[in-house]
Amino acid sequence: MNPKRKKRLILVLFLVFGVGVAVSLALYALNQNINLFYSPQQMAKGEAPENTRIRAGGMVVEGSVVRDQQSLHVQFDITDYAESVTVEYTGILPDLFREGQGIVAQGSMDASGVFQAVEVLAKHDENYMPPEVAYALEKAGKMPVTPKEAFNK
Amino acid sequence: MAVSKWIPRWFYQLASPRWCYDITGKLLPVFLVAAALLLLVGLVWALAFAPPDYQQGNSFRIMYIHVPSAILAQSCYMLMAVAGAVGLIWKIKVADMVAFACAPIGASIAVMALATGAIWGKPTWGSWWVWDARLTSMLILLFLYLGVMALYAAMDNETMAAKAASVLSLVGLVNIPIIKYSVEWWNTLHQPATFSLTEKPSMPIEMWLPLLVMVLGFYCFFAVSLMLRLRNEIIRRERRSGWVRELITSR
Repeated sequence: MNPKRKKRLILVLFLVFGVGVAVSLALYALNQNINLFYSPQQMAKGEAPENTRIRAGGMVVEGSVVRDQQSLHVQFDITDYAESVTVEYTGILPDLFREGQGIVAQGSMDASGVFQAVEVLAKHDENYMPPEVAYALEKAGKMPVTPKEAFNK
Repeated sequence: MAVSKWIPRWFYQLASPRWCYDITGKLLPVFLVAAALLLLVGLVWALAFAPPDYQQGNSFRIMYIHVPSAILAQSCYMLMAVAGAVGLIWKIKVADMVAFACAPIGASIAVMALATGAIWGKPTWGSWWVWDARLTSMLILLFLYLGVMALYAAMDNETMAAKAASVLSLVGLVNIPIIKYSVEWWNTLHQPATFSLTEKPSMPIEMWLPLLVMVLGFYCFFAVSLMLRLRNEIIRRERRSGWVRELITSR
């Protein structure tokens, strides 16, 4: 390779490498702020700011969903298998909302430690399967579960 | 240029606009047929014959458009950056033209990935758009494409424009690993990858095969549109050379 091209090659590599380092440092510094939501564990540790609008994410605990018969009010617990948080919400839930499903709720903690949500989004995992397969796996007790890392990264 | 014994001759010939025009002219119909076949088979298979998902029902089928376009938008960006780098280092005109031809194609595919993602997001997540790391970094990819296109459009001097745009696309290259790993590094609403080259896909084969066909079809379609734009650009930039004049008068 002639020296001129070599110089330009080094320059290009330096550019890509330099930008890479700069951006990774910035992302590392901003690490916590890039997370879309706080996990119940982080909220229990007090890492989530109080009295501000935040998002909380976790799995809806089986058997915890209490629906009000007269209104759209619903109460449920979300967990990351370490800690859990009670969420209250009034409104229409997404179709995918069910017990054992991942969700991300936006809202804030009230004084009694209940998360008052104004928006609930469903978070599904990367496993897709036909209904028959899901039924068979369910029966065999081999349904893939969302790992707890999905909510604590 | 010293011809190495490892690299075939046609590869060197690609660097010459005239040869590149000829070679892509021969490849074009092959890829056109492959793209048409794969996309047709893939679409019918994916939309009519692949089984529905146990949770999402039929709405998950939009994945067969969303995933290939998202993969392709990133591949196209990498090609654009590498072609730009080759143009910067070796001063090969055809490489600059490839980078130039990639930008608008990549931008449209990125728009498609974002749009299909939004349409998928509404019924499943309950929201068209969320500012999570995956969605935001994908939006930045679109802006990078638009920036590269704007740089090409802003400068009349083609060499200068190619230099500036290549530097921008190389700077933006850092975004590609961020898009890929965003779902693993941070808490996001977007689910992790279902489909990757290295791991076993987390879906059964009757759902996975049509997706593979669609991905291959998208790549062939990309090759076709890239070659069409590239040939057009070669003719435009080489319009004063003898072979282009001959080509035009011979028609």
